[in-house]
Amino acid sequence: MKILVGYKRVVDYNVRIQVKPDGTGVVTEGVKLSANPFDDIALEEALRLREKGVAEEVVIVGIGPADLTAHLRNGLAMGANRAIHVTTAEAIQPLTAARTFLKLVEKEQPGLVILGKQAIDDDANQTGQMLAALWDRPQATFASKVEIAEGKATVTREVDAGLETIEAELPAVITTDLRLNEPRFIKLPDIMKAKSKPIEVIEFASLGVEAGGHLKTTHYAAPPKRSKGVMVNDAAELVATLKQKGLL
Amino acid sequence: MTKILVIAEHLDGKLNPSTARAVSAAAAVKPEAIDVLVLADNADAIAAEAAKIEGVTRVLTANRTENAHALAAVLAPQVAKAAAGYSHVFAPSTTFGKDLGPRVAALLGVPQVSDVMTVEGSHTFKRPVYAGNAIVTVEADPALPVVATIRTASWPAAAIGANSAPVEALGLDVALPSHTRFVELKQGKSDRPDLQSASKVVSGGRGVGSKENFEIIYKFADRIGAAVGASRAAVDAGYVPNEMQVGQTGKIIAPELYMAIGISGAIQHLTGIKDAGTIVAINKDAEAPIFEVADIGLVGDLFKIIPELESAL
Ligand SMILES: Cc1cc2nc3c(=O)[nH]c(=O)nc-3n(C[C@H](O)[C@H](O)[C@H](O)COP(=O)(O)OP(=O)(O)OC[C@H]3O[C@@H](n4cnc5c(N)ncnc54)[C@H](O)[C@@H]3O)c2cc1C
Ligand SMILES: Cc1cc2nc3c(=O)[nH]c(=O)nc-3n(C[C@H](O)[C@H](O)[C@H](O)COP(=O)(O)OP(=O)(O)OC[C@H]3O[C@@H](n4cnc5c(N)ncnc54)[C@H](O)[C@@H]3O)c2cc1C
Repeated sequence: MKILVGYKRVVDYNVRIQVKPDGTGVVTEGVKLSANPFDDIALEEALRLREKGVAEEVVIVGIGPADLTAHLRNGLAMGANRAIHVTTAEAIQPLTAARTFLKLVEKEQPGLVILGKQAIDDDANQTGQMLAALWDRPQATFASKVEIAEGKATVTREVDAGLETIEAELPAVITTDLRLNEPRFIKLPDIMKAKSKPIEVIEFASLGVEAGGHLKTTHYAAPPKRSKGVMVNDAAELVATLKQKGLL
Repeated sequence: MTKILVIAEHLDGKLNPSTARAVSAAAAVKPEAIDVLVLADNADAIAAEAAKIEGVTRVLTANRTENAHALAAVLAPQVAKAAAGYSHVFAPSTTFGKDLGPRVAALLGVPQVSDVMTVEGSHTFKRPVYAGNAIVTVEADPALPVVATIRTASWPAAAIGANSAPVEALGLDVALPSHTRFVELKQGKSDRPDLQSASKVVSGGRGVGSKENFEIIYKFADRIGAAVGASRAAVDAGYVPNEMQVGQTGKIIAPELYMAIGISGAIQHLTGIKDAGTIVAINKDAEAPIFEVADIGLVGDLFKIIPELESAL
């Protein structure tokens, strides 16, 4: 079985995001970029399935600008067999990302596609579900445990009510939650080895992905700030303050 | 014509309060009609509850045995079919709506607006990005139906009681897939208030130290009638189950009182509590970032402070 993994580059989760004063976006110049944490988890899960003998090949996919190569090399160093880089200078919205993945799915015929449940820049939480719909296959979102056997995936999902387990016939789309696994660290020799692993470059335009129905982002604003509060000295003062506010 | 279809969320035969919040957001669009769609195997009691929500025009039911559990792959084709004639389809941005909404949008061939915080116009919305560190204004194409999930913490629940909307059964003739099957749901059963709708929440973090120690958080919460939440670190360490996580990747909540105990205040945690009325922080580290957003801060050891709080009550 082949596994396709979404491997998106985003602003690192430790960066304090600054909105540009003119409201046209957030400051991305000179900001540290890293793999979307959920995608590192997706890749880790795929690698573990390969190590267990469930899968033979793990292919990472990045959709983005020409300079995505170094990012994809990190995924290869982590252990992916090869990478597909769909090049576009445009910002890709989830429906377009899902349609792009569908094209790659038709070409690669994977048994499983693992994506992050959300990318931590746009926090859209859509691409996996959209791909599953367009592909007419099962989706198992927010996965915290995955078992593959007899042509189906048994997936435990983190839902508001607790933990839900579902069964999905393969091929299927899984999206990862944070507790699925802890991604491995990249070792130096693997960075060297990754240099010889193939990255297939595909022009976005050549895929013939249907365009249209886009959302226009017209303005970025900083969230309203909470004003700094007061410090109290002890438990009694805290209780008194809360009682005064009618909260206790 | 502006007509909105709101997808009801329910579990164990009960309507989830997130539905009434999505109805509030629908009302803000000022539509001609707001219909609520209940997909269930036995929709009657749920539909009767939904019919009482203020502002609801009609309640539509899709009764099928396949709808016994909320599987997005099974529900989405029915919602897509029922959406014909509606300008907007709204679902709450809970794990239910997040799972279902994009699947519906893709079937309709339209983008989804995730986590709507405010309605600026029939096709213009505000939503958070970058863990709530920026708020974007997005415009959807007026020529296409809008599929959106509603950030429940941004919307009050529409009043329940005064209305008695008519209930109509829909005969949705759609073939449903059998490739996805429900196995089980493990619910943390608790007599405490529901974390997502409670007016008071007490949360513990890594500072609490262990599953056993978390008892003092539960005990204190019970004293003041609060729901109990936690940071990701507390969940990851196994002190509490996952459904208690508050934050970017957990629950987004807006209680009147939020007490963060032994929680440092990482940006991903703060995302979940931005809309809380009053934030109280108890932490032994005076430099902890949680104090930058807390309305009331108290520096000290939680194991000493909590018993003192209890005796001061
Ligand atoms: C410099 C820059 C500026 C941008 N500006 C804007 C803007 O102004 N407005 C705007 O709407 N968008 C903008 N984007 C695009 C935006 O960041 C998202 O890529 C897009 O909206 C998809 O949403 P998401 O990633 O949150 O999707 P989600 O549905 O949250 O993603 C879930 C998963 O899908 C997979 N996935 C999604 N996209 C990709 C990808 N490109 N490559 C590989 N895997 C992927 C990953 O596995 C990911 O974890 C910009 C992107 C860049 C790089
Ligand atoms: C993509 C991503 C998503 C994430 N999503 C979430 C999310 O949804 N929710 C979330 O919470 N986190 C999330 N995180 C994790 C987040 O970054 C932090 O790691 C986490 O919130 C830390 O939890 P904590 O404050 O309990 O632990 P710590 O940061 O370890 O803080 C513990 C605090 O307890 C205090 N303390 C210790 N002992 C005592 C004592 N005896 N008395 C009083 N105070 C004491 C310490 O001073 C410290 O401030 C996410 C991270 C990533 C990368």
